[in-house]
Amino acid sequence: MIDFAALYHRLDSTTKTNEKIAAMADYFGLANPADAAWATYFLSGGKLRRLVPTKLLRQWAAEAAGIPSWLFDESYQSVGDLAETISLIVPPGESREEMPLSLWITSKLEPLKTLSEDQQRDAVLEIWQQTDPQMRFVVMKLITGAFRVGVSKRLVTRAIAQFAQTSHPDITADVVSHRLMGDWQPSAAAFQRLMNPDVEDAVVSQPYPFCLAHPLDTAAGPGALGSAHEFLAEWKWDGIRGQVIRRQGQTFVWSRGEELMEGRWPEIEAAAESLPNGTVVDGEILAALASGQVLQFAQLQRRIGRKSIGKKLLAEVPVIFHAFDLLEEDGTDIRDQPLAYRRQRLEAVVHQVDHPHLCLTQLITGSSWADWSNIRETSREMNAEGLMLKRRDGRYDVGRVRGNWWKWKVEPYTIDAVLIYAQKGHGKRSSLFTDYTFALWQGDTLVPFAKAYSGLTDAEIQQVDQFVRKNTKESFGPVRSVTPELVMELAFEGLQRSKRHKSGIATRFPRILRWRHDKRPADANRLSDLLELLPSE
Amino acid sequence: MNALLQSTPRGLYCPAGDFYVDPRVPVERAVVSHAHSDHARWGCKRYLAAQKSEQLLRMRLSPDAQFHFLAFGESHAVNGVKLSFHPAGHMLGSAQVRIEHRGQVAVVTGDYKLGDDPTCESWQPIHCDLMVTESTFGLPVYRWPSEQVTMAAINEWWRANQAIGKCSVLYGYAIGKSQRLLAGLDSTVGPIYTHGAVEKGVQAYRRSGVRLPKTTYVGTIRGKHDWSKAMVVAVPSAHGTPWMRRFGRASTAMASGWMAVRGSRRRRSVDRGFVVSDHVDWPTLLQAIDACDPDRVWVTHGYSAVVARYLNEAGRDAQAIDSGLRTEQDEDAAASLATDDGSDADTDGNSERETPPAP
Ligand SMILES: [Zn+2]
Repeated sequence: MIDFAALYHRLDSTTKTNEKIAAMADYFGLANPADAAWATYFLSGGKLRRLVPTKLLRQWAAEAAGIPSWLFDESYQSVGDLAETISLIVPPGESREEMPLSLWITSKLEPLKTLSEDQQRDAVLEIWQQTDPQMRFVVMKLITGAFRVGVSKRLVTRAIAQFAQTSHPDITADVVSHRLMGDWQPSAAAFQRLMNPDVEDAVVSQPYPFCLAHPLDTAAGPGALGSAHEFLAEWKWDGIRGQVIRRQGQTFVWSRGEELMEGRWPEIEAAAESLPNGTVVDGEILAALASGQVLQFAQLQRRIGRKSIGKKLLAEVPVIFHAFDLLEEDGTDIRDQPLAYRRQRLEAVVHQVDHPHLCLTQLITGSSWADWSNIRETSREMNAEGLMLKRRDGRYDVGRVRGNWWKWKVEPYTIDAVLIYAQKGHGKRSSLFTDYTFALWQGDTLVPFAKAYSGLTDAEIQQVDQFVRKNTKESFGPVRSVTPELVMELAFEGLQRSKRHKSGIATRFPRILRWRHDKRPADANRLSDLLELLPSE
Repeated sequence: MNALLQSTPRGLYCPAGDFYVDPRVPVERAVVSHAHSDHARWGCKRYLAAQKSEQLLRMRLSPDAQFHFLAFGESHAVNGVKLSFHPAGHMLGSAQVRIEHRGQVAVVTGDYKLGDDPTCESWQPIHCDLMVTESTFGLPVYRWPSEQVTMAAINEWWRANQAIGKCSVLYGYAIGKSQRLLAGLDSTVGPIYTHGAVEKGVQAYRRSGVRLPKTTYVGTIRGKHDWSKAMVVAVPSAHGTPWMRRFGRASTAMASGWMAVRGSRRRRSVDRGFVVSDHVDWPTLLQAIDACDPDRVWVTHGYSAVVARYLNEAGRDAQAIDSGLRTEQDEDAAASLATDDGSDADTDGNSERETPPAP
C-alpha cells in the first residue's frame, strides 16, 4: 500500500503524460501481480461498491479530531475534498502497518460493507490509526469511491504495455485494451493474462489510428485550400467519434480516445452484426430520431458515462452511427486509396447492410466555397458545429496531419453578461473565487443564465477574487452574491430551451471571452437578445 | 469594548497610552510586533519595537521615522501604560506586545508559532486578561509536521535533484521563512544561492547576529555557471519568470503552511510543496491560549470567526475582531519585502494590501 500511495502522489504531482506513464510503468514493474491487478482496476476507473456512508465518515472524523460537526464542515469547505479533509483533520496515526494493496482491499476495505455500523466505526478508526496523512488520503479515496488521479484508461493501458514491452515487445496498448475488455475482475491471474506474450487473441479487435481534422481559420476562410472541386463537404457533427470493427464474427466499437466502448451502444453493435467480416468503418455516434434528425449533444450526454443503459433511455435517446469513411474492406486495409474511392465502397457496404442505426453521413452539394459558406451558416439548425472539408483524392492519414481534412466551424455565440454570484473553486482553486454565475437583463432585474469557470488570466482571477471579497452582498452557503458591476463577454457553442433553468435557456460550453472593462452593467445584453439566438424549432 | 484596547478600523488602539499596535494605516505612534509589511506599516511618525527587529525595520521603513527599541522583557512607560515585548517565535525580532494598565494585562501576539526555529527566540506564554491572537491557520486541518522531518525532506529533495543533474529552487517569503530555511539546509550537500530579496534579509539577519550558512547572491554570478548541484532560495514571485532561465533544468518547491492542502500545492504549480509555517497550527493555537489562560480572547488575522466560535463553545469568552480571511495571496504579499534592485525585486506588487475593516 505504501508503494501504491506513493504512485498516487507521483501521478498527482505531474501533468506530463510521459511522466505519468513512467510512474505507472515503474509501479507495475515493482508490484506483485495481485497488487498490479488492483492498481489497474482503480487507475482505470474501477470502484469498490459504497463501503461506508460518507455521513458516518464525517461524523467519526469529527469525533476522532475532537471537534464539532460545524467545524468539520468549515474545514471541508476550505479544503474542498472530503477524503483530504478527513486525512488532515484526524490526528496522524501512530504506526504504519505495511500490507500489500491487494490485502488492504480484500482484508480491510471490502469487508467493511458487511459490518454493522459499530464494527465499521472500529474498523475505520483502526485504519486511521495505522496510516499517516498521505496514505490515509489514498485509502479514504478508495473507501469513498472518489479515487481519481487524472489518468485515462488509455493511459493505464499504455503504461502496462510499456512495462510489458521490456520483455514482450508485441504487447501493445491496443492488445492490453483488448484484454481488459468485458467485466474485468482484478486478480493475480487476470493481470498475468495481460502479460501473455502470444498476442494472437487481440489482433481481431485492433483499430486503426484516427485521422483528425485541422481547424480552418474562420476569418481567412477556405480560399487558400485551392478549388472547391477538389473537396467533399460533410456536416461537422457534434457527437462521439467512433470506429466500428467487424471481424471474425465479433464487433468492437472504439472511441477516438482509443478506448473500447463495450455495451454502451447496443443499437450500433446490432447494426454492425450485419457488416461483412473484415470491415472497419469510421464515423460519428449521434443521438438521432428515426427520421434522421440529429439531436443536440445534450441528449447524447445522457447516455455517456452510463455503464448500463435502461430501456427507457434507449427509447428516449436512440443513437445512429453516421458513417463517413471505410478503412478496411474484405480484411484489406484501404486507407491509402483516395477518399472518393473509399466513400464509394462505404456507400456500397452501408446500403448492403440497410440497418436503421447505421447510415451514411450526407455529402453536402455545392460547387463553390461561397455555396458551402452559405450552407455552413445553417449548421446550428442541423445541430452541427460547421462543415468538414475533405480532399477527394486524399488518403486516410494518421493523426492530425495538415492537408486532407479540415474542420470549418461556425463562430461561437457571444453575449455581454453581468457577474452576480461567485463561488470558490474546488481542488486546485479552493482558496479563490473562480466559479461565476452570469446574468442578463429582463426589465430591471438580472436573470442568471450561465456559469463559467474559465477564460480569465490568473491575474484577472485574482482581481475578481478581490472584488468578490469586497463586494459581497449576501452569502448562501459557499455562494456569494456580489454587487452587479463586472461585465464579461461570454462565448458558447450552443443553446437550447430548458425548463430547469430560470432563464429558460441552457448554454453549452459557456466560457469567458474577455472582461469588458469598457462596459457598465447597464450595457450588458438582455435575456431577449439570447432568446433570439435560439434555433427555430 | 475593553478599557485597555479597542479594535478600530485603523487597528488595535490603546486609548490610555494613545498608541496603535500594528496599525493598518499611518498613525502618530505605532507599536510594531514584527517586520512583515502587514504589521509594520510605512509612514508612521514614531515606532516602538523589539530591539531584535531593528535591522529589519530600518531596512524597510522610512529613515525619517523615529525609532525606539526595547530588549525582550524590558518595560517602557507610554503615557503611564506599561509596555514590553516578549518573543513570539515567528521570525527574527518578532514579539508579543504586553500592555499593562491599572492591573489589567493585554497581550497582542502578532504572528507567532510554538515550534523550533534556529533563527529566533522561542515563543513564551504570558498570563493575561486579554489575549489578541492571530488565526492565519485556525482550522483543524492545519497541523505541522516537525521541523526536523521537514528539513530532512528538503535536504533529501536537494540530493535527489543533484543526482539527476537538476538545480533545486526553493521558494519562501523573503524575510523570516527564507532565513529559517537557510538555517535548516545541510550546507555539506552543495552550494547555496539566494535571490536578491532573500539576500537582503540574510544580510539583516547576519547583522543581527543570527548564524546562517554561507550564501551567494545569484546576481553576482555572471556568464556560464553550473547550477546542477545548487540550492537556490528565492521568493515565490520569481516562479515562472525569466529570472529562472539561468538555472537550466530545475526542480521547484514551495515552503509554506498552505502547502498542507493539495489544492494550494497544485495552484502553485511547483514540483513539490513542503509544509513549513511560521504561524501556529490548530493544536498549538489551542495550546497557546490554554497556556496564557486569558479571561477574554480576541481573534484576528485569519479564520477569526471560526476560532472565536470554537473557543466560545469550549467555554471561553472569545470574539472575532475582524472579518478578513487571510488568504495565501495576502500571506505572500505581507511577507514580501520591498526591494530596490529592479529585476530581482519581489514583484508581487500589492504588498501593502489592507485587510478589510471590521463591519
Ligand atoms: Zn508575519
